[in-house]
Amino acid sequence: MSIDRRVFLKIAGLTTALGLGGSTLINGLKKRGLEASELPIAGKQGGLTAKRWGMVVDMSKFRNEHDIQRVIDACHNIHNVPFFKNPKHEVKWIWTDTFNHTFPGMESEFMQDGLEEMPFLMLCNHCLHPACVRVCPTQATFKRKDGIVMMDMHRCIGCRFCMAACPFGARSFNWRDPRGKDEDGRPFIRKLNPEYPTRMKGVVEKCTFCTERLAKGLQPACAEESNGGLVFGDLEDPGSELREILRTHYTVRRKQELGTQPSVYYVIGGNDNV
Amino acid sequence: MKLYDGGKIIFGLIIFLGLITIPFYFNAGKAVAPPKPKLDTPVIQALAVKECVKPKEIMRAEHMRILDDWRNSVVREDDRQKIVIGGKEYAKSLQNGCLKCHSNRKDFCDKCHTYMAVKPYCWDCHFTPKENRS
Repeated sequence: MSIDRRVFLKIAGLTTALGLGGSTLINGLKKRGLEASELPIAGKQGGLTAKRWGMVVDMSKFRNEHDIQRVIDACHNIHNVPFFKNPKHEVKWIWTDTFNHTFPGMESEFMQDGLEEMPFLMLCNHCLHPACVRVCPTQATFKRKDGIVMMDMHRCIGCRFCMAACPFGARSFNWRDPRGKDEDGRPFIRKLNPEYPTRMKGVVEKCTFCTERLAKGLQPACAEESNGGLVFGDLEDPGSELREILRTHYTVRRKQELGTQPSVYYVIGGNDNV
Repeated sequence: MKLYDGGKIIFGLIIFLGLITIPFYFNAGKAVAPPKPKLDTPVIQALAVKECVKPKEIMRAEHMRILDDWRNSVVREDDRQKIVIGGKEYAKSLQNGCLKCHSNRKDFCDKCHTYMAVKPYCWDCHFTPKENRS
Protein backbone atom coordinates (compact mmCIF):
# COMPACT_ATOMS: atom_id res chain seq x y z
CA MET A 1 0.00 0.00 0.00
CA SER A 2 1.28 3.38 -0.83
CA ILE A 3 0.09 6.61 0.70
CA ASP A 4 0.30 9.96 -0.88
CA ARG A 5 1.39 13.09 0.85
CA ARG A 6 -2.16 14.23 1.58
CA VAL A 7 -3.13 11.02 3.38
CA PHE A 8 0.14 11.01 5.29
CA LEU A 9 -0.42 14.56 6.57
CA LYS A 10 -3.98 13.71 7.61
CA ILE A 11 -2.86 10.69 9.61
CA ALA A 12 0.07 12.57 11.16
CA GLY A 13 -2.18 15.47 12.16
CA LEU A 14 -4.81 13.20 13.66
CA THR A 15 -2.21 11.25 15.62
CA THR A 16 -0.72 14.45 17.04
CA ALA A 17 -4.13 15.74 18.06
CA LEU A 18 -4.96 12.46 19.76
CA GLY A 19 -1.62 12.36 21.48
CA LEU A 20 -1.98 15.84 22.89
CA GLY A 21 -5.67 15.66 23.72
CA GLY A 22 -5.78 12.02 24.73
CA SER A 23 -3.66 12.31 27.86
CA THR A 24 -5.63 15.30 29.06
CA LEU A 25 -8.84 13.37 28.48
CA ILE A 26 -7.59 10.29 30.30
CA ASN A 27 -6.24 12.31 33.21
CA GLY A 28 -9.50 14.18 33.41
CA LEU A 29 -11.54 10.99 33.55
CA LYS A 30 -9.28 9.38 36.14
CA LYS A 31 -10.45 9.56 39.72
CA ARG A 32 -9.03 12.73 41.12
CA GLY A 33 -7.08 12.76 44.34
CA LEU A 34 -8.40 14.42 47.45
CA GLU A 35 -7.76 18.03 48.15
CA ALA A 36 -8.07 19.60 51.56
CA SER A 37 -10.10 22.35 49.96
CA GLU A 38 -12.89 19.90 49.19
CA LEU A 39 -13.70 19.57 52.86
CA PRO A 40 -16.41 21.72 54.40
CA ILE A 41 -14.65 24.64 55.98
CA ALA A 42 -15.60 26.91 58.85
CA GLY A 43 -15.64 30.68 58.44
CA LYS A 44 -12.45 32.67 58.85
CA GLN A 45 -11.41 32.81 62.44
CA GLY A 46 -9.98 35.89 64.06
CA GLY A 47 -6.24 35.67 63.85
CA LEU A 48 -3.73 38.49 63.91
CA THR A 49 -2.57 39.52 60.47
CA ALA A 50 0.00 41.97 59.23
CA LYS A 51 1.91 42.95 56.13
CA ARG A 52 5.20 42.44 57.88
CA TRP A 53 5.58 41.41 61.48
CA GLY A 54 8.30 42.97 63.53
CA MET A 55 9.37 43.52 67.11
CA VAL A 56 11.00 46.08 69.33
CA VAL A 57 13.14 44.89 72.22
CA ASP A 58 13.13 47.68 74.78
CA MET A 59 16.08 46.81 77.01
CA SER A 60 15.18 49.53 79.52
CA LYS A 61 12.12 47.47 80.51
CA PHE A 62 14.17 44.48 81.58
CA ARG A 63 15.34 45.32 85.08
CA ASN A 64 16.90 42.04 86.14
CA GLU A 65 17.73 38.48 85.18
CA HIS A 66 14.37 37.32 86.42
CA ASP A 67 12.48 39.47 83.89
CA ILE A 68 14.49 37.98 81.09
CA GLN A 69 14.30 34.38 82.30
CA ARG A 70 10.52 34.66 82.56
CA VAL A 71 10.31 35.62 78.89
CA ILE A 72 12.66 32.84 77.81
CA ASP A 73 10.79 30.24 79.85
CA ALA A 74 7.44 31.37 78.45
CA CYS A 75 8.68 30.68 74.94
CA HIS A 76 10.64 27.52 75.60
CA ASN A 77 7.89 25.92 77.69
CA ILE A 78 5.09 26.30 75.19
CA HIS A 79 7.24 25.21 72.26
CA ASN A 80 8.77 22.17 73.95
CA VAL A 81 12.28 23.51 73.47
CA PRO A 82 14.69 21.03 75.05
CA PHE A 83 17.37 22.02 77.54
CA PHE A 84 20.79 20.46 76.96
CA LYS A 85 23.51 20.98 79.53
CA ASN A 86 26.29 20.77 76.97
CA PRO A 87 26.50 24.24 75.38
CA LYS A 88 27.48 22.63 72.09
CA HIS A 89 24.09 20.93 71.98
CA GLU A 90 22.15 24.00 73.01
CA VAL A 91 18.74 24.55 71.41
CA LYS A 92 17.33 28.05 71.75
CA TRP A 93 14.54 30.14 70.32
CA ILE A 94 15.14 33.22 72.43
CA TRP A 95 18.32 33.80 74.41
CA THR A 96 20.71 36.40 75.75
CA ASP A 97 24.26 37.51 75.14
CA THR A 98 26.50 40.49 75.92
CA PHE A 99 26.42 43.82 74.11
CA ASN A 100 29.66 43.07 72.30
CA HIS A 101 28.30 39.81 70.93
CA THR A 102 24.90 41.21 70.10
CA PHE A 103 26.13 44.31 68.30
CA PRO A 104 29.67 43.54 67.15
CA GLY A 105 31.40 46.62 65.81
CA MET A 106 29.32 48.97 67.91
CA GLU A 107 31.41 48.62 71.05
CA SER A 108 33.69 51.52 71.88
CA GLU A 109 36.57 52.29 74.20
CA PHE A 110 34.52 54.07 76.84
CA MET A 111 31.01 52.76 77.23
CA GLN A 112 28.04 53.51 79.41
CA ASP A 113 28.32 51.85 82.82
CA GLY A 114 26.79 48.40 82.91
CA LEU A 115 26.10 48.20 79.19
CA GLU A 116 28.77 45.61 78.51
CA GLU A 117 27.49 43.31 81.25
CA MET A 118 23.85 43.72 80.31
CA PRO A 119 22.22 40.58 78.89
CA PHE A 120 20.56 41.41 75.56
CA LEU A 121 17.56 39.39 74.48
CA MET A 122 17.87 37.90 71.04
CA LEU A 123 15.58 35.92 68.81
CA CYS A 124 15.19 35.20 65.11
CA ASN A 125 15.19 38.55 63.31
CA HIS A 126 12.70 37.42 60.64
CA CYS A 127 14.76 39.34 58.11
CA LEU A 128 13.26 40.93 55.03
CA HIS A 129 16.00 39.22 53.01
CA PRO A 130 16.67 36.07 54.99
CA ALA A 131 19.94 34.38 54.12
CA CYS A 132 18.70 31.09 55.60
CA VAL A 133 15.81 30.93 53.14
CA ARG A 134 18.11 31.51 50.19
CA VAL A 135 20.33 28.58 51.05
CA CYS A 136 17.76 26.02 52.19
CA PRO A 137 17.86 23.24 49.57
CA THR A 138 14.42 21.84 50.42
CA GLN A 139 12.51 25.05 51.13
CA ALA A 140 11.99 23.76 54.63
CA THR A 141 12.55 27.29 55.79
CA PHE A 142 10.65 29.89 53.85
CA LYS A 143 9.25 33.38 54.14
CA ARG A 144 5.56 33.78 54.73
CA LYS A 145 3.55 36.59 53.18
CA ASP A 146 3.45 38.35 56.55
CA GLY A 147 7.23 38.43 56.83
CA ILE A 148 7.64 35.54 59.24
CA VAL A 149 10.53 33.22 58.42
CA MET A 150 8.90 29.88 59.09
CA MET A 151 10.16 26.33 59.44
CA ASP A 152 8.47 23.30 57.94
CA MET A 153 9.97 20.61 60.14
CA HIS A 154 8.64 17.86 57.87
CA ARG A 155 10.93 19.03 55.11
CA CYS A 156 14.10 19.75 57.05
CA ILE A 157 16.86 17.32 56.14
CA GLY A 158 19.29 18.68 58.73
CA CYS A 159 21.95 19.93 56.30
CA ARG A 160 22.52 23.02 58.50
CA PHE A 161 23.14 25.34 55.52
CA CYS A 162 20.71 27.76 57.16
CA MET A 163 22.76 27.76 60.34
CA ALA A 164 25.85 28.64 58.37
CA ALA A 165 23.98 31.35 56.50
CA CYS A 166 22.24 33.00 59.45
CA PRO A 167 24.49 35.79 60.75
CA PHE A 168 22.58 35.97 64.02
CA GLY A 169 22.97 32.46 65.39
CA ALA A 170 19.23 32.16 65.60
CA ARG A 171 19.10 28.54 64.52
CA SER A 172 19.76 25.44 66.57
CA PHE A 173 20.41 21.92 65.43
CA ASN A 174 19.06 18.96 67.34
CA TRP A 175 22.20 16.94 67.93
CA ARG A 176 20.33 14.68 70.31
CA ASP A 177 16.80 13.39 70.44
CA PRO A 178 14.93 16.16 72.27
CA ARG A 179 12.57 13.56 73.74
CA GLY A 180 15.40 11.78 75.50
CA LYS A 181 16.69 12.08 79.05
CA ASP A 182 19.96 13.35 80.43
CA GLU A 183 22.44 11.37 82.55
CA ASP A 184 20.42 12.06 85.69
CA GLY A 185 17.24 10.75 84.12
CA ARG A 186 15.70 14.19 83.69
CA PRO A 187 13.88 14.68 80.41
CA PHE A 188 15.43 17.35 78.17
CA ILE A 189 12.04 18.95 77.77
CA ARG A 190 11.33 20.12 81.28
CA LYS A 191 7.69 20.97 80.80
CA LEU A 192 5.69 19.39 78.05
CA ASN A 193 3.04 21.26 76.15
CA PRO A 194 0.84 18.53 74.66
CA GLU A 195 -0.69 20.99 72.20
CA TYR A 196 2.61 21.58 70.41
CA PRO A 197 4.87 19.00 68.77
CA THR A 198 8.48 18.41 69.68
CA ARG A 199 11.24 18.17 67.12
CA MET A 200 13.31 15.13 66.29
CA LYS A 201 17.01 14.47 66.19
CA GLY A 202 18.60 15.94 63.08
CA VAL A 203 16.42 18.97 62.35
CA VAL A 204 17.05 22.69 62.76
CA GLU A 205 14.65 24.81 64.77
CA LYS A 206 14.16 28.45 65.67
CA CYS A 207 11.67 31.09 66.70
CA THR A 208 8.56 31.28 64.51
CA PHE A 209 7.05 34.45 66.03
CA CYS A 210 4.44 32.08 67.49
CA THR A 211 2.54 31.55 64.25
CA GLU A 212 0.23 29.12 66.05
CA ARG A 213 -0.68 31.82 68.59
CA LEU A 214 -1.11 34.57 65.98
CA ALA A 215 -3.65 32.34 64.23
CA LYS A 216 -5.65 32.30 67.46
CA GLY A 217 -5.45 36.08 67.83
CA LEU A 218 -2.79 35.95 70.56
CA GLN A 219 0.48 37.87 70.80
CA PRO A 220 3.71 35.87 70.74
CA ALA A 221 4.37 34.26 74.11
CA CYS A 222 7.51 36.32 74.77
CA ALA A 223 5.78 39.62 74.05
CA GLU A 224 2.84 38.67 76.23
CA GLU A 225 5.12 37.74 79.13
CA SER A 226 7.45 40.75 78.83
CA ASN A 227 5.38 43.54 80.43
CA GLY A 228 5.99 45.82 77.49
CA GLY A 229 9.65 45.01 77.06
CA LEU A 230 8.93 43.27 73.77
CA VAL A 231 6.51 45.06 71.50
CA PHE A 232 5.17 43.04 68.60
CA GLY A 233 3.43 44.62 65.65
CA ASP A 234 3.11 45.42 61.98
CA LEU A 235 6.14 47.25 60.59
CA GLU A 236 4.18 48.31 57.53
CA ASP A 237 1.32 49.83 59.50
CA PRO A 238 2.22 53.46 60.32
CA GLY A 239 -0.42 53.51 63.05
CA SER A 240 0.92 50.54 64.99
CA GLU A 241 2.39 50.80 68.48
CA LEU A 242 5.57 49.37 67.06
CA ARG A 243 5.96 52.17 64.54
CA GLU A 244 5.15 54.72 67.24
CA ILE A 245 8.12 53.45 69.27
CA LEU A 246 10.35 53.46 66.20
CA ARG A 247 9.31 57.08 65.49
CA THR A 248 9.98 58.32 69.00
CA HIS A 249 13.06 56.34 70.01
CA TYR A 250 16.52 55.82 68.64
CA THR A 251 16.68 52.14 67.72
CA VAL A 252 19.34 49.84 66.35
CA ARG A 253 19.25 46.51 64.61
CA ARG A 254 21.77 43.72 64.79
CA LYS A 255 24.39 43.63 62.02
CA GLN A 256 22.50 45.99 59.71
CA GLU A 257 25.54 46.25 57.48
CA LEU A 258 24.93 42.72 56.20
CA GLY A 259 21.79 43.86 54.42
CA THR A 260 19.41 41.16 55.58
CA GLN A 261 17.07 43.85 56.96
CA PRO A 262 16.19 42.39 60.37
CA SER A 263 12.66 42.99 61.64
CA VAL A 264 13.73 43.13 65.29
CA TYR A 265 14.72 46.55 66.61
CA TYR A 266 16.43 47.40 69.89
CA VAL A 267 15.89 50.34 72.19
CA ILE A 268 19.02 50.46 74.30
CA GLY A 269 19.22 52.19 77.62
CA GLY A 270 16.75 54.44 79.37
CA ASN A 271 15.81 56.94 76.72
CA ASP A 272 12.19 57.01 77.79
CA ASN A 273 12.39 60.78 77.98
CA VAL A 274 13.57 61.30 74.41
CA MET B 1 28.59 -30.82 29.39
CA LYS B 2 29.54 -32.55 32.53
CA LEU B 3 28.57 -31.37 35.97
CA TYR B 4 31.43 -32.03 38.35
CA ASP B 5 30.34 -32.88 41.90
CA GLY B 6 26.78 -32.84 40.62
CA GLY B 7 25.35 -34.68 43.58
CA LYS B 8 26.74 -32.25 46.10
CA ILE B 9 25.70 -29.21 44.09
CA ILE B 10 22.14 -30.38 43.57
CA PHE B 11 21.85 -31.41 47.20
CA GLY B 12 23.12 -27.99 48.23
CA LEU B 13 20.71 -26.25 45.90
CA ILE B 14 17.79 -28.19 47.34
CA ILE B 15 18.78 -27.21 50.88
CA PHE B 16 19.23 -23.60 49.78
CA LEU B 17 15.80 -23.48 48.13
CA GLY B 18 14.28 -25.12 51.16
CA LEU B 19 15.78 -22.51 53.45
CA ILE B 20 14.81 -19.43 51.49
CA THR B 21 11.23 -20.60 51.06
CA ILE B 22 10.77 -21.21 54.79
CA PRO B 23 8.62 -18.07 55.22
CA PHE B 24 6.19 -19.43 52.67
CA TYR B 25 5.89 -22.88 54.32
CA PHE B 26 5.68 -21.25 57.67
CA ASN B 27 2.69 -19.09 56.78
CA ALA B 28 1.08 -21.39 54.23
CA GLY B 29 -2.61 -21.86 54.78
CA LYS B 30 -2.67 -19.40 57.67
CA ALA B 31 -4.73 -16.32 57.00
CA VAL B 32 -3.59 -13.41 59.09
CA ALA B 33 -6.64 -11.67 60.42
CA PRO B 34 -7.06 -8.25 58.85
CA PRO B 35 -6.59 -5.46 61.38
CA LYS B 36 -9.65 -4.04 63.05
CA PRO B 37 -8.88 -0.54 64.27
CA LYS B 38 -10.96 0.35 67.30
CA LEU B 39 -13.28 3.33 67.23
CA ASP B 40 -14.58 3.11 70.77
CA THR B 41 -12.79 6.00 72.43
CA PRO B 42 -14.85 7.99 74.95
CA VAL B 43 -14.82 11.07 72.71
CA ILE B 44 -16.13 9.20 69.69
CA GLN B 45 -18.82 7.47 71.74
CA ALA B 46 -19.98 10.80 73.05
CA LEU B 47 -20.39 12.18 69.53
CA ALA B 48 -23.92 12.65 68.28
CA VAL B 49 -22.85 12.30 64.65
CA LYS B 50 -20.17 9.64 64.39
CA GLU B 51 -18.60 10.94 61.23
CA CYS B 52 -15.02 11.59 60.26
CA VAL B 53 -13.98 14.38 57.92
CA LYS B 54 -14.48 11.97 55.00
CA PRO B 55 -16.26 8.60 54.60
CA LYS B 56 -14.54 5.57 56.07
CA GLU B 57 -13.36 4.14 52.74
CA ILE B 58 -11.71 7.38 51.71
CA MET B 59 -10.12 7.88 55.11
CA ARG B 60 -8.75 4.37 55.00
CA ALA B 61 -7.07 4.91 51.64
CA GLU B 62 -6.31 8.61 51.67
CA HIS B 63 -5.75 9.73 55.28
CA MET B 64 -2.05 10.20 54.69
CA ARG B 65 -2.74 12.50 51.76
CA ILE B 66 -5.27 14.47 53.75
CA LEU B 67 -2.73 14.93 56.52
CA ASP B 68 -0.16 16.00 53.97
CA ASP B 69 -2.54 18.56 52.48
CA TRP B 70 -3.36 19.87 55.93
CA ARG B 71 0.26 20.20 56.81
CA ASN B 72 0.95 22.19 53.66
CA SER B 73 -2.03 24.44 54.12
CA VAL B 74 -1.36 25.08 57.82
CA VAL B 75 2.43 25.32 57.90
CA ARG B 76 3.13 26.77 54.50
CA GLU B 77 0.01 28.78 53.64
CA ASP B 78 -1.13 29.58 57.19
CA ASP B 79 -4.62 28.45 56.26
CA ARG B 80 -5.94 27.09 59.54
CA GLN B 81 -9.63 27.25 58.79
CA LYS B 82 -11.40 24.52 60.67
CA ILE B 83 -13.38 21.72 59.12
CA VAL B 84 -17.01 21.37 60.09
CA ILE B 85 -18.59 17.94 60.31
CA GLY B 86 -21.99 17.52 61.88
CA GLY B 87 -21.83 20.98 63.42
CA LYS B 88 -18.52 20.28 65.16
CA GLU B 89 -15.32 22.04 64.21
CA TYR B 90 -12.11 20.11 63.77
CA ALA B 91 -8.64 21.61 63.52
CA LYS B 92 -6.52 20.68 60.52
CA SER B 93 -4.05 18.95 62.76
CA LEU B 94 -2.95 15.47 63.68
CA GLN B 95 -2.12 16.25 67.27
CA ASN B 96 -4.88 18.77 67.89
CA GLY B 97 -7.38 17.31 65.42
CA CYS B 98 -7.44 13.60 64.62
CA LEU B 99 -6.01 12.45 67.93
CA LYS B 100 -8.56 14.39 69.95
CA CYS B 101 -11.14 11.79 68.89
CA HIS B 102 -8.85 8.91 67.98
CA SER B 103 -7.01 9.01 71.26
CA ASN B 104 -6.13 5.33 71.03
CA ARG B 105 -3.08 5.27 68.84
CA LYS B 106 -2.14 1.69 69.74
CA ASP B 107 -5.57 0.31 68.87
CA PHE B 108 -6.21 2.61 65.94
CA CYS B 109 -3.22 3.94 64.00
CA ASP B 110 -0.75 1.24 64.89
CA LYS B 111 -3.14 -1.63 64.10
CA CYS B 112 -3.01 -1.11 60.34
CA HIS B 113 0.46 0.41 60.23
CA THR B 114 1.90 -2.71 61.84
CA TYR B 115 -0.15 -4.98 59.57
CA MET B 116 1.07 -3.13 56.50
CA ALA B 117 4.61 -2.85 57.89
CA VAL B 118 4.69 0.91 57.42
CA LYS B 119 6.47 3.09 59.92
CA PRO B 120 5.20 6.66 59.62
CA TYR B 121 7.42 9.17 61.43
CA CYS B 122 4.51 11.22 62.76
CA TRP B 123 5.24 10.13 66.31
CA ASP B 124 8.83 11.33 66.33
CA CYS B 125 7.47 14.81 66.92
CA HIS B 126 3.72 14.65 67.45
CA PHE B 127 2.37 13.63 70.81
CA THR B 128 -0.22 10.97 71.25
CA PRO B 129 -2.61 11.34 74.14
CA LYS B 130 -1.33 9.84 77.40
CA GLU B 131 1.07 7.48 75.63
CA ASN B 132 4.85 7.69 76.08
CA ARG B 133 5.05 11.31 77.05
CA SER B 134 8.72 11.73 77.70
